[in-house]
Order: sequence, then C-alpha cells, then structure tokens
Amino acid sequence: MAPSPPATPVDPALPVLATERLTVRFGLVTVLRDISVAIAPGETLVILGESGCGKTVLLKCLIGLIRPSSGEVRFEGRSLARHSERSLASLRTKYGFVFQGAALFDSLSIADNIAFPLREHTRLAEAEIAAIVDQLLAEVGLPPQVRSRKPMELSGGMRKRAGLARALALDPPVVLYDEPTTGLDPIMTDVIGELILKVRARGGVTSVVVTHDMHTARKVADRIVMLHPLGRLAADAPQIVFSGTPAELDRSRDPRIRQFIEGRAGNRLVEAAAGGGA
Amino acid sequence: MATDPTTPVARLRGGFSDWIADRVADLGAFMLDRVAAVGDVAIFTFRTLGWIVARRQRRDVLVPAFYQIGVLSLPVVALTGLFIGMVLAVQSYAQFRALGLQTRLGSVINLSLVRELGPVLAATMLAGRVGSAMAAELGTMRVTEQIDALESMGANPVYYLVVPRFLGCLVLIPTLTVMADFMGVLGGYLYSHLVLGIDYHHYWTNSREYVDAFDFLMGIFKSFFFGAAIALVSCHHGFHSGHGAEGVGRAATNAFVHSFVLILILDLFLGMWLNNVHDFFRPEGPRRLL
Repeated sequence: MAPSPPATPVDPALPVLATERLTVRFGLVTVLRDISVAIAPGETLVILGESGCGKTVLLKCLIGLIRPSSGEVRFEGRSLARHSERSLASLRTKYGFVFQGAALFDSLSIADNIAFPLREHTRLAEAEIAAIVDQLLAEVGLPPQVRSRKPMELSGGMRKRAGLARALALDPPVVLYDEPTTGLDPIMTDVIGELILKVRARGGVTSVVVTHDMHTARKVADRIVMLHPLGRLAADAPQIVFSGTPAELDRSRDPRIRQFIEGRAGNRLVEAAAGGGA
Repeated sequence: MATDPTTPVARLRGGFSDWIADRVADLGAFMLDRVAAVGDVAIFTFRTLGWIVARRQRRDVLVPAFYQIGVLSLPVVALTGLFIGMVLAVQSYAQFRALGLQTRLGSVINLSLVRELGPVLAATMLAGRVGSAMAAELGTMRVTEQIDALESMGANPVYYLVVPRFLGCLVLIPTLTVMADFMGVLGGYLYSHLVLGIDYHHYWTNSREYVDAFDFLMGIFKSFFFGAAIALVSCHHGFHSGHGAEGVGRAATNAFVHSFVLILILDLFLGMWLNNVHDFFRPEGPRRLL
C-alpha cells in the first residue's frame, strides 16, 4: 500500500457522504430529483441503473464536479457548497475517482499520471514517489514496463487499472468508481471487481461504484441503490426504486427491477417507435 | 371592433403577431446568451490572471508550451512574412510608378509592415496554428474527462492548462511579430531591388526617413494584446467544448474565427489610441509619405 500521505481518520458515527434531496437540472431537463442517500464509513455502495438515469451525474455531485440545482451533498457532515474553491480542492484529496474511460492525461507517461497527485499535494522526493508508483502498479497488477508508456499504448483494461492506481495514490478514505467495467471482457471485469474488493480491504475505505453490470454489483456491493430514468417515472414518483442488499435486490418483485436484472427489452422498442421513453 | 377569432383573417393576424413575438424572444435569448458569454470570458480571464500571480508555474510544464507556441510557429510566420512583403511591393509599385515615386516604395512597405501587417499576420498565424490546436486539445481533454480528472485530484485546470498557454502566447508573440516584420521587410526589399530594379540607397534612405522606433514599438505593443486574446478565447472555447468530435471541431473553428475577429477589433482601437499617443508626442502631425 502507498505509505503516504496518511489518510485523515473518519468519524464512524457520521455517514462519510450523504446527499439531501439532491436535484440536478441541465437547462430544462431534470436528471436527478430529490435523491437522498447516506454512505457509512467502510461501506461499498453500488448505484445501479440503466443508461441515462443520472448515475454518473450523482457520482460527480458527490465530489463537487457538478453543482446541484437544489439540495446538498455533505462530506463528513459538512455541505460541499460551504467550501471555498481552495478548500474544496483540498477536500478532494480525500477522494479517489476512477473515471469511465480512465481519463489518464494523454501527454504524460503512466508513471507521471500516477505520480501527479503526489507531486501536486505532497513534498515527497522523486525517489519516494517512484517507489510509491511501483508499489501501486504492482497492486493493480500492471508490470513495471508500463511506467514509461503513454496511456494510448495500453489496452482498455490496463488503462482502467492505471486509472485506479492514480486514484489510490494519496491513499484516500473514499473511492468513487464510474462504470469501472464498461467495455471490458468478462475476465477483466472480474479482475476489476477483485481490485475493488482489495481496495476496500485496505482498512475503512468507503466506495461508491456506479455500474449497470450486475456481476460486478453482486460481487462488490454491501448495499445497492437503484435509480430509474425520470423520463419513465410519474411526476411525483421517487427516483430511487430500490435500496437494499444484493440478495434483497434478487428477491424484488418490482417489474422495473426484474426487467433490469434479467436484461429484458420489454416494450422499449415499441416505446421508441412511439417516440416515448427516456 | 371585435373580430371573430375563427375567421381566416384573424388566424393570419394571430399567426403574424405570434411570429413577431417569437422573433423578439429569439433575439432576446440571443442577446442574453452573448452577454453571458462575454461575462464568462471575463471571469475566465480574471481567474487566469489570478493564477499567474497566485502560484509559480513549473518549468517542465512551461517549456513544452513555449516550444509548441513559439518555436514551432516560427517557420510559418517567417514564410508568410516574406511573401506578404513581396506582395506589398507587387501591389504598390504600379501606383508609385505612376506618380514617379517608386524610390519611396520602401517607406510604404516597411511602414505598413511594422505598424499593421507584421503584428496582425503573426497573430493570425498564431490563432490558426496554435489557437485552434489549443481549443481542440482542451476540448478533447474536456470530452475525455481529463479536465474533470484534474479537478477530482484537487488540481486547478486553469492553473495547469490555461496559464502556461496564456504565458506562452503573451511572451512569445512579440518575437513572432519581430520575425514577421523582419521577413516582410526582407521580402519587400528583395522583390523591389531584384525584380523591380529599385536602387538600394533610395529604398533604405526613404524607409529610414519615414519609419521610426515608435512605429516598430507600436506593432510590438499591439501584439501583446493579440497574444492574450488568442490564448484566452481559444482556451475558453476548449474548456466549454461540446460533446464528441463535432463539439471539439466546432470549438477549434470558433477559436480561430473569434480570435481573428477580436484581433481586428483590437487592432482598430489600439491603432486609434496609439495614433493619439503619437500625435501627443509629435504635435507637428503625421509624417507625409508623398
């Protein structure tokens, strides 16, 4: 594990992250409506839902990359809206964010990508940074030869693992995963699932995983929250259609949940022909 | 007199007033968008200037930006400068010969170059070569979430991505302008002397008489504004790029078009102001070329 810098201890009595009646609109389109979720320390929460239901928007709200139209996001009890720009930047060192496409910097080598947060936020010597980079590469199962490669020279699975290594560089207490297995083969999907479990085992790491992959969800989740696209909901219906354990999700009789779990098209093609749906 | 709303005439009138109302609403929305865009660029500018003083840039970030903006732009600026000097000679010669003043060709070519064409040409080439590339690069970073990644790691994207490019354009555009001036002067002289047969002595004596340091410095002074405008407009377009290849392409195109328009507007107003400054220090009035 990366030895530095030490993570700030998290108060176990408080939810690490919580949203309170979170609503996000882009122009006239409402993407999230009245979302209230609390994530306990050390918990792995999986946010499930079909494409376009606002999962990624919710994840970006949790780290303050998207500001809600109303409602609030709290980190350790304090609203992100009450942080100044500088204080929010400092707070973000407590997060690791694994992006859907890895979002590695094209112009930097893999080693420089992983070292970026260490150079930005610590005063470690280059030799120490290099040692941490090697350790992180080993942890995510990448060979040392990739250090000098550019992101475009790696496969999708390797890029995702390098993105995870970068997210873990500051040893953050919270790690957010945006569609970590999208576009990967089944073996690499399982590898990423194993890595999420491994990160969780680092001691008290709180994880939020956004996915639509049921295999990963069942593998890593302590609790699952399922969102439904607002375009398919009545005006006053709650957007969170399920919150519970993976076993409870599998037992659910809600036709919307069953359709998602079983991956059935249902009447979607008919809806598309009629011009409805989200 | 009340009109029956169901008649074809009333429907036509209603349709027309609705059409007018829609157009007024469209115009209002357009104006609001433009005002918001100007405000957005202003905030972007202040944030950029703020980060210049707030934190020193790292050498390993600055050097590649300077190389890309300055060194790689030199050949194209030199080449276009050379040709524009020759074109000026080609286009001015007939008029000057008709007046029997072809020996004064050097003064008009060199004055036009150092005051106007050198700075504007260098800025245009910079906007085309570097401005649109910056917008495309930052636009791609936006689309592939690399800018979000910077923010998520507690790093400021304006500090990392905009300030080095801004400083590169600001610091290096005067050198590109000097290069455009030099090559233009050289091209104008070579064509005038070798092709048009104008005497070396008359060409340079007249040039020296009518072009002074103020004219040269005026061009250099303007170039700082052009460089800043190119960097800010292009980076702003890149930061606010739309989705996908189409959005990035549009950002690159708009970066060039808006930079170019802004260069011309700045050139007009700076030219007017600098002429007043010139008149203040030389109350005898403008020098007469003819």
